[in-house]
Amino acid sequence: MSDVSLMVNGKRVSGAAEDRTLLVHFLRENLGLTGTHVGCDTSQCGACVVHVDGKAVKSCTMLAVQASGSTVLTIEGLANGADLHPVQAAFKEHHGLQCGFCTPGMIMTATDMISRHPEGLDEATVRAELDGNICRCTGYHNIVKAILAASKTMKGSKGKAKQAA
Amino acid sequence: MYAVNYHRAASVADAAKLIKTGDAKLLSGGMTLIPAMKTRLAAPSDLVDLSRITELQGVKVSGKTVTIGAATTHHAVANDEKLKKACPAFSHLASLIGDPAVRHKGTIGGSIANNDPAADYPAALLALGATIVTNKREIAADKFFKGLFETSLKDGEIVTAVTFTAPAKAAYEKFRNPASRYAIVGVFVAKGKDGVSVAVTGAGDDGVFRSKEIEAALAKNFAASAVDGVKVPAKNLMTDLHASADYRANLIAVMAKRAVAAANA
Repeated sequence: MSDVSLMVNGKRVSGAAEDRTLLVHFLRENLGLTGTHVGCDTSQCGACVVHVDGKAVKSCTMLAVQASGSTVLTIEGLANGADLHPVQAAFKEHHGLQCGFCTPGMIMTATDMISRHPEGLDEATVRAELDGNICRCTGYHNIVKAILAASKTMKGSKGKAKQAA
Repeated sequence: MYAVNYHRAASVADAAKLIKTGDAKLLSGGMTLIPAMKTRLAAPSDLVDLSRITELQGVKVSGKTVTIGAATTHHAVANDEKLKKACPAFSHLASLIGDPAVRHKGTIGGSIANNDPAADYPAALLALGATIVTNKREIAADKFFKGLFETSLKDGEIVTAVTFTAPAKAAYEKFRNPASRYAIVGVFVAKGKDGVSVAVTGAGDDGVFRSKEIEAALAKNFAASAVDGVKVPAKNLMTDLHASADYRANLIAVMAKRAVAAANA
């Protein structure tokens, strides 16, 4: 057992966990943050993507204790109260989800992608960068559209979007 | 995953002590080790985390000499501005590994110590005649990579950096498995002061290797057309559900041609 202490969505949290506990399980089971999903559990599907110290990672392939001391942003930490984050708003607007299972990971990947490409995104880049996120409903078209739209909105209103601290 | 005890090393010296605990394994990005532990293919008693050791981080370029700390992530390698200028082929290779989230965690030291037969870095390091630096010694790349998942690292030895001389020309071309994103065939071509070298990953029965046939053709004429008619033997190439040995043999020549064209572009 180890003590895991994290800054999650702006709140300091800590708890004891077995060293083998994956970050995703710590988030879901210890902290009750069930927005982060476990899809494939083999690092392929990206449903578990969260930001650790400002970088998108697969939380099913990281131990909670590895992350101890880090800052974590999950899907629950994106919206500003009742106001959706621009990426969430774009997914809603462009119908970038059907069943919604992959959506938290898609959105966390998209926010990371947009912040790494302040110059803007094109369709080919979005598709290449979505390599590690699998969606079995949409066929990706509307996800790509949503990310492109959000990238434009966020470029136009710098500083409005909340980034991982 | 079986129960495990986690230790966070503060320095390489600290890690060298901790690795003597039980049946310990070194943990860097964990992009291979953690999935292997989840499926119980690996079951170390202890993990020694190297990823926060500052002396293992970062890319240094001094003239033509490139040195990359072992715990530098693929993302950091792919995006280092000095490296992009000194050896863009190397940056490009790093940008093709896994997916963005994997590149944020996975490290060069972890990748080469694991020596997956379809990993990308071994091809670059072998073609560039790189040196692998450990906490005990320096090892030439052609002595380091020993076969499938095997290296010349001794028990408890820790890779601390890799270093190489930037070549005049180089390129990496990869034919990816679309699901795993590993190379079905990846070819790194380099032309430097010691001539032309062509290293192949993803295809060899015994891991990464140099294609003597293509090297001989390119030594005479460093042009994509020089690879036309070169027959890469299928002997000692892998056959698996993704591709047969003959298919891989053909792909090696195709990827080599594309790499030479890119290196000359």
